[in-house]
Amino acid sequence: MKTTRVLRTPGGLSLRLDVRAVTVVVLLLLAALAASVVLIGTGDFPIPAGDVVRTLLGDGNAGQEFIIRELRLPRVLVGLLVGASLGLGGALFQAVTRNPLGSPDVLGLGQGATAGALTMIVLFSGSAAQVTLGALVGGLVTGLAIYLLAWKRGVHGYRLVLVGIGVSAVVTAVNGYLLTISDLVDAARAVVWMTGSLNGRDWDQVWPLLALCAVLVPLVLANARGLRMMEMGDDVSNALGVRVERVRALLMVAAVLLVATATAAAGPVGFVALTAPQLARRLTRSPGPNLLPSLCMGASLLVTADWASQRLFGADQLPVGVVTGVLGGVYLLWLLVTERKAGRI
Amino acid sequence: MLVDSPSEQRAETAPAPPTRRAVRAFGLLVSVAVLVLVALASIAIGAKGLSPEQVWHGLFQDTGTYGDVVVDERLSRTVLGLLAGAALGLSGAVLQALTRNPLADPGLLGINAGASAAVVTAITYFGVTSLSGYVWFAFVGAAAVGALVWFLGGSRGATPVRLALAGTAISAALYGYLQAVMITDDAALGRMRFWTVGSLASATDSTILQVLPFLAAGTLLALGLARPLNAVAMGDDTAKALGADLNRTRALSMLAATVLCGAATAACGPIAFVGLMVPHIVRSFTGPDLRWILPYATILSPVLLLGADVIGRIVARPSELQVGVITALIGGPVFIFLVRRRRTAQL
Repeated sequence: MKTTRVLRTPGGLSLRLDVRAVTVVVLLLLAALAASVVLIGTGDFPIPAGDVVRTLLGDGNAGQEFIIRELRLPRVLVGLLVGASLGLGGALFQAVTRNPLGSPDVLGLGQGATAGALTMIVLFSGSAAQVTLGALVGGLVTGLAIYLLAWKRGVHGYRLVLVGIGVSAVVTAVNGYLLTISDLVDAARAVVWMTGSLNGRDWDQVWPLLALCAVLVPLVLANARGLRMMEMGDDVSNALGVRVERVRALLMVAAVLLVATATAAAGPVGFVALTAPQLARRLTRSPGPNLLPSLCMGASLLVTADWASQRLFGADQLPVGVVTGVLGGVYLLWLLVTERKAGRI
Repeated sequence: MLVDSPSEQRAETAPAPPTRRAVRAFGLLVSVAVLVLVALASIAIGAKGLSPEQVWHGLFQDTGTYGDVVVDERLSRTVLGLLAGAALGLSGAVLQALTRNPLADPGLLGINAGASAAVVTAITYFGVTSLSGYVWFAFVGAAAVGALVWFLGGSRGATPVRLALAGTAISAALYGYLQAVMITDDAALGRMRFWTVGSLASATDSTILQVLPFLAAGTLLALGLARPLNAVAMGDDTAKALGADLNRTRALSMLAATVLCGAATAACGPIAFVGLMVPHIVRSFTGPDLRWILPYATILSPVLLLGADVIGRIVARPSELQVGVITALIGGPVFIFLVRRRRTAQL
């Protein structure tokens, strides 16, 4: 089967489509939507899927309407948006570092956001909004620090990775210290935050995430061509007319913003940014950064994981980060073994 | 590998140019003297400072005065720092030689995290409470991650970057597991959050006695491996041609590194970067010969660890910063400096 088709318009415009990738994107979107409907129906007060769809479309009964619109829909939307941001951010990081393990949670962005949040929780006993702000600032500052420290007549993938590892180790130690000086109640709150949770998320978290995604996703996709060239190496892509440093800086800023905002909204949910691009890549079987499939994969992964954690442990017992952490850890092992065989790790 | 740089230190330590070996042996003596000074400082400095006379009194004419009790407390802490520091530095040096990777460190390769995860499992799920019980779990955890790292490092395309990345990713997964344990169990959180930072503060005489046999055995084994590891450093083919038994050397090196790092982690919690920094510093003045690097690392690593511990007690007086935090705050920038200094080809 031919896997690419070209669409041509009468005006002379043409668009090359990878049929398999498009199919994967559509299927993943459907999966994400289906998982969302199921997740909305799950909880202390179960609602059948048919009623959920009816209520979302605007004619359900008043009681269900309140539960769905005010309590469960925002949580699911935050899940979708966080998953999408992490998937896209992870794909960008992995493409720039040219390494399947070069994901933001390994390179210290999650740790940086955690440091910001912990500072707010432990030192100031801050409100939820202050914790979110602290996490955002922490993530952005860490991202900037990694980029600047890795800068030396340009940023190379390998240096970015190693500097990220160094920064991550330092920030992890600071986080551990903050945990030891807090009292036990604050420490328990901090550990839940550090694991990543969607419990109790409402519309206040949805809007900033949605606005950011609305700006950044088109921006990133518009620059994806350059990224595809850059996978062949800086010299080749320079020769092909890509302004390597500019594209890289732009995409890194976008990725850091996406990941930091997502982390601020839901905590550092482990391994979504690492696994989503890898799974997406295996489904599409296409080289290149696979940005859109990774985004859809991240969204459906996170929502499915949240549903699984609610079903396995009961409503709001264990945060979603435990599920993604365990599954991600197992997947990481598998990835290490197989990628080693292929000589990519 | 790093190239032997005939350094300025040599010129400083000796006025006339004597033989290299004499200078290095003399340097070793100087290092021991520095170590003794730092150890004395570690006994004297803290929330309550002690005068040299009080330290002397507490060490050699113990009559149970207030100062003597303080010396007793700090003495066990200092001895544990000496032992754990030597263990971490040695295991770092052995790992760097074995994987031919300048960025190898038990913390960065995830071996500390493996030991931590196993210890936490032992305490939480198996009800093991004594150090002599969970030190075995620490060995198993360290060995499991060590085997994984070795497996990855043995592959053709294993560059330092990839190895460090694999180790960091493994650590991230294991720390995720630690967090999941701490979420479900507040009592575990209460204990673990102090242990996972890496600290010498909880040292007692029994801690030292329980890990001492393992640390002693590991140290002797590692020091004995200098010669075969020198051969391994030249590449597999050359090493074979020189008559080195590669598999035996590798297995023994991993055993030594695992025992050293596992025992140190069981006693003080995960402490990163000591095993990374000290071998680099040592190599800059001894050159690549492991017969000198290993002894120097054994003596200078405790200097770093005890120094960091003393700094932690000074900066946050009357409370203290855990030694694991200080080593990371010093080691992280050193690591980034090393990364920035090297050319692409060397990593």
